[in-house]
Amino acid sequence: MPNHNELELKVANVSRRGFLTGIAAGSLVLAIGLPSGANAQEQKFGADGMPNGWRDDPKIFVSISPDGLVTVTCHRQEMGQGVRTSIAMVVADELDADWSKVRVAQAQGDEARYGNQDTDGSRSLRHFFMPMRRAGAAARTMLEQAAAAQWGVPVQEVRAREHAVLHERTGRRLDYGALATAAASQPVPTRETFKLKDPSAFRYIGKDRIGLVDNQDITTGKAVYGIDARTDGMLYAVVARPPVFGGRVRSVDDAETLRIPGVVRVVQIAPPNIPSEFQPLGGVAVVARNTWAAMQGRDKLKIVWDDGPHASYSSDTYRAELEAAARKPAKVVRRHGDVDAAMAKSAKRVEAEYYIPHLTQAPMEPPAALVQIKDGKCEAWACVQAPQATRTRLSERLGIPEENVTVNVTLLGGGFGRKSKPDFVLEAGLISQTMGGTPVKVTWTREDDLHHGYYHTVSVERLEAGLDERGMPVAWLQRSAAPTIGSIFAPDPKHELPFELGMGLVNAPFAVPNVRMENPEATAHTRIGWFRSVSNVPHAFAIQSFVAELAHAAGRDPKDYLLDLIGPARIIDPTEIGDAWNHGEDPKLYPIDTGRLRQVIESAAAGIGWGRSLPQGHGLGIAGHYSFVSYVAVAAEVRVDGDRLVIPRVDIAIDCGPRINPDRIRSQMEGAVVMGVGLATTSEISFKNGRVEQNNFDSYEVTRIDTTPREIHVHLVASHDYGQPLGGVGEPGLPPVAPALANALFAATGKRIRQLPIRDQFLA
Amino acid sequence: MAILVVNGAEKSFNGDEDMPLLWYLRDELGLTGTKFGCGVAQCGACTVHLDGTAVRACVTPMAAALGTTVTTIEGLSPDGSHPVQVAWRDLNVSQCGYCQPGQIMQAASLLKDNPKPTDEDIDSTMSGNICRCGTYPRIRAAIKQASTGGR
Repeated sequence: MPNHNELELKVANVSRRGFLTGIAAGSLVLAIGLPSGANAQEQKFGADGMPNGWRDDPKIFVSISPDGLVTVTCHRQEMGQGVRTSIAMVVADELDADWSKVRVAQAQGDEARYGNQDTDGSRSLRHFFMPMRRAGAAARTMLEQAAAAQWGVPVQEVRAREHAVLHERTGRRLDYGALATAAASQPVPTRETFKLKDPSAFRYIGKDRIGLVDNQDITTGKAVYGIDARTDGMLYAVVARPPVFGGRVRSVDDAETLRIPGVVRVVQIAPPNIPSEFQPLGGVAVVARNTWAAMQGRDKLKIVWDDGPHASYSSDTYRAELEAAARKPAKVVRRHGDVDAAMAKSAKRVEAEYYIPHLTQAPMEPPAALVQIKDGKCEAWACVQAPQATRTRLSERLGIPEENVTVNVTLLGGGFGRKSKPDFVLEAGLISQTMGGTPVKVTWTREDDLHHGYYHTVSVERLEAGLDERGMPVAWLQRSAAPTIGSIFAPDPKHELPFELGMGLVNAPFAVPNVRMENPEATAHTRIGWFRSVSNVPHAFAIQSFVAELAHAAGRDPKDYLLDLIGPARIIDPTEIGDAWNHGEDPKLYPIDTGRLRQVIESAAAGIGWGRSLPQGHGLGIAGHYSFVSYVAVAAEVRVDGDRLVIPRVDIAIDCGPRINPDRIRSQMEGAVVMGVGLATTSEISFKNGRVEQNNFDSYEVTRIDTTPREIHVHLVASHDYGQPLGGVGEPGLPPVAPALANALFAATGKRIRQLPIRDQFLA
Repeated sequence: MAILVVNGAEKSFNGDEDMPLLWYLRDELGLTGTKFGCGVAQCGACTVHLDGTAVRACVTPMAAALGTTVTTIEGLSPDGSHPVQVAWRDLNVSQCGYCQPGQIMQAASLLKDNPKPTDEDIDSTMSGNICRCGTYPRIRAAIKQASTGGR
């Protein structure tokens, strides 16, 4: 680490070889490092619990050029959540910068420098709000110190305001650009010595003043995604992968392929060991002078595959296995009271099973990456959520020291968890290495994306409740059966991991005296991966549907019943209900506040006009769910029009604690409703003989504009206490959407939906 | 040597005429604003204007593009000032942004043919363009804004 008093002005080319636009190349950079000991505060809070933690060094994240342009380095990946805008807003606010003079540079994969970069878990702002505030405030303080030194006045007499430092007594003023060089020679203040803004003084944080930093590039076609990466002399590749997970090439005949004009070479990729983690599936790559020739060449390959151990994986029989497992006692993952005794004494018993098939993220940009190896150094351009993991895996797989591996992060054309796994970047690296380091871009077709994904788990949730005379549950038995994401990391695990169980299963915050939750064994036969909201999707669908079923059994209004089941506003210690994991943090730091859950339910209900009289064939449904430290409720109105399910209106309410970028919170809620409609009504990945049956968007149906609810209303439940932990935003909107729709459909038709997608079940 | 006009500039082509226009634009000309999303005209990410009409470049063979005038997102306006582009920025329509060039090209085509589209017109014309992030509510609003010229 550099001495923190050391003057270190350096010229940094932050333009990343032109891959990102809008950044002044060659700007002077404020460049002094904090001593490493300053990062060593031992408190497992925020990103502390994640590999490589966090940094708040202004010299890593902020540079100011003599023309006054401020460049904020964003170390989290942009995939539509707006993080490049939101991170920059936070820094700019504490820096007191003029937003029109703020630019954003994208960090390379380098967690030793930037702290944790895995963009997942709806936690970029949750974990980096405070470090980024400190980076901005420290940089502002250095500018103030520089101005005070220049004027020969005490630093207490000067203050930063709107991109300049002022000395009010004498009316002197220096712009940030004029101070940039001198500020770089100021010591970086220790955390104890500079002040963060009072939240009442925020100009950008929590306000709706800021447009997206990438707006101009996106709307003019200049935005660069992984699939758009280009470099001189590059070749293009597509890969024929084993149609069944765990399969391998038995033989390949590439004679016809090599006759296709433009095809350069055919390269084999070895199959992975199991568990395969982020390794490529193996197969045969066709390298060509353009993507089309590569695709044509792949079509001509004659490959005999050994399908391996999962060739009999079929979704219909697998569902039956999960159902059988869910009907027998299994590993207990939460126990409270005596369910069996209470069930036996209950006045009424209700049981139901819910099924959600595999899903796939299907980001609009399919996986794609460009890699070259030159002079022993590997450089990648890729749309990855986890650039450090990408760098490490490239280093290991290619045998190149990590310091010689560079991962440039492009924009991500959607991620939703798929691009947390860099298998596609490793493919490009391996092909490039075989080709002597020639730059090679691997592009996945949509068929590749659907056939070779890291799928959302497939699940059966079985619930049984014993009700008392008032119709409220005195006993709750739930069995959650689903193959675990752990199966890509460990040999054949059979149970959900704590982080999966804590996604809305064991931490269901209900006032029920006797609860037992069990996790039957389930075997994975394909790659299971993170999908937006992960296990919250099946848990929320089952639980929130079941609550409405109980309300019906009790003859009660579903919203009132849900609120009664949640019980009075109170604070629940997650560890007392078996919720053991929160990104490495002590779950006790995030008590569940049932009052906040109640409030979002009330807010969504009020929005949609809960209780109003509806035309025949219309119905309202509601669901509420806590995930990623945020509280979300969805109220939906549906009607059946002939053989069509129509959704006139959805209201979604979120309490995510203090808000950074309200417009992006609204956009994430809108997007969650749209994606939720698709997974609830039409989306399904199914397997037959080990192979995925869906090929493209004609058979993997996602929401289109004409199936989007006519009205989506987002309600942001206010929280102005910036001392409270932030909640997540990218994922928590999704889980309550499907159960709210299913509950509305029941209200409209009397048909209870217990498996997704709904398709035309309401006609039966 | 066959000729076509792309964003106002004459281009020559002597390759495989079965190759879709999409790959010519992206790989040969480096016009990467036109996106690949499905390859089978199911998602609209590759929408361009061919002699003023919105088409899917992924299923338009070069044979059909030669002799025509092609406009891509890079050529829709010199500086991003087409009313659709302006409305897209005003309303912060984009999330990841990947599908938006195709959405914008489709919307521009819609408004050229139908300057005052109804909700139903918008839904039916835009239903071939998928946005996985779910920006459809704002796409509807932005098209309305662009159609009225107001905010």
